[in-house]
Amino acid sequence: MKPSFLIFAPILATTAFGGEVKLTIEIPQLDAAEYHRPYVAAWIEKPDRSVATDLTVWYDAKNKKGTSWLKDLRQWWRKSGRSAELPIDGVSGPTRPVGKHELDLSDKAAAIAPLPDGEYTLVVEAAREVGGREMVRIPFKWDGKTAVDAADTGKTELGAVKFTIQPEP
Amino acid sequence: MKRNTLLTTVALLAFAVQPLSAHRFWIIPSSSVLSGEHPWVTVDAAISNSLFFPDHASPGLDSLSVLGPDGKSVALQNGMKGQYRTTFDVELSQPGTYKIFSVRDGLFASYTENGETKRWRGDTQSFAEAGLKDKADLKLTRNNSRVETFVTAGEPTNTVLKPSGEGLELVLDGTHPNDLFNGEPVSFVLQFNGKPAADTEITVVKGDDRYRNEVGEMKLKTDSTGKLTITFPEAGRYWLNASAEGEGGEFEGIPTSSRSSYTATFEVLPQ
Repeated sequence: MKPSFLIFAPILATTAFGGEVKLTIEIPQLDAAEYHRPYVAAWIEKPDRSVATDLTVWYDAKNKKGTSWLKDLRQWWRKSGRSAELPIDGVSGPTRPVGKHELDLSDKAAAIAPLPDGEYTLVVEAAREVGGREMVRIPFKWDGKTAVDAADTGKTELGAVKFTIQPEP
Repeated sequence: MKRNTLLTTVALLAFAVQPLSAHRFWIIPSSSVLSGEHPWVTVDAAISNSLFFPDHASPGLDSLSVLGPDGKSVALQNGMKGQYRTTFDVELSQPGTYKIFSVRDGLFASYTENGETKRWRGDTQSFAEAGLKDKADLKLTRNNSRVETFVTAGEPTNTVLKPSGEGLELVLDGTHPNDLFNGEPVSFVLQFNGKPAADTEITVVKGDDRYRNEVGEMKLKTDSTGKLTITFPEAGRYWLNASAEGEGGEFEGIPTSSRSSYTATFEVLPQ
């Protein structure tokens, strides 16, 4: 069992390279006296809850003090942010306004494709200055070939979240 | 004047560490987990009845120290000793974990003179000056008390958590004190003079006890290897205290006993 896995693993990794990865994050309209756009991070967690790959992180990089609030994305900061060199190439981006944001993350397919079969979790975390914090956790199965279509909705700081992976045939 | 301050501080510390006393010494940073470049924390230190509200006494600024991630001293800035609390700022100019602490080492002697029991209190330097070495029935006790907290900019590091081997200390056992989240089991090891502090009672109290009718103390014990396992039920700020007694080795050829107390504050973040 183990030897054959070792033989096949590299082949799987090279053949299942690529595919289409999409993530939609909705920032809800909130009735707040003082409104700041939320900081948002999205990542994929392995079955042991460690980070498989970061997908995106939105923060105010133009403000000199902008990175000082990254710790408010508590779980992301703990699991990934604090050990990363900022900005993270291909991951860091500016904050976004209220609305639905569809992200094409197909450049992350190379990191997702070789992940071993298992139960993964898409996590989206949002934290707003002088506001709340929310995490949406969406479990999904990954076997390298079956398409993923997962969705859930936040209650306070996040609206609809939709995540799809279309592996390369 | 300086000496008076020191003595007062020692006396206050001794008072604060009595397990039955309601007075608790604590050091609380404005944040324990920080991001960004050169973040600052502002720190309150006090000896109070309720956690974490200053209402009793303030420690001297010179009794407080900060160690940086490289193990070197970091300056306390904008320091002020008020009536009930002492405050200062710390710039976290390098990434990693900082320790903000107060350590006091005292020496207590009791002896017999003209048929009367006498007591003396000082430190290891002033003992020789006191000329007590050849007194009858001389008993020496080394008293060590440590009060500390930790803050981390960026990724946690472990340099400031290396034990000194003096008194009661918290030693890493897989959990970093700036990586605490509610509902997750946490483990630390408690050491007494460099050895595991087995079967030692530990008291943990969540802050804001002013707003509770019951203090809600958690009474825990280290196991035979000095290990403490705890799951913080809720996010918040916690005060941890332990004390121990035992052999203290020899001081100038005189066998001593050792008493020590350890106090730390932790911030537990929500999941």
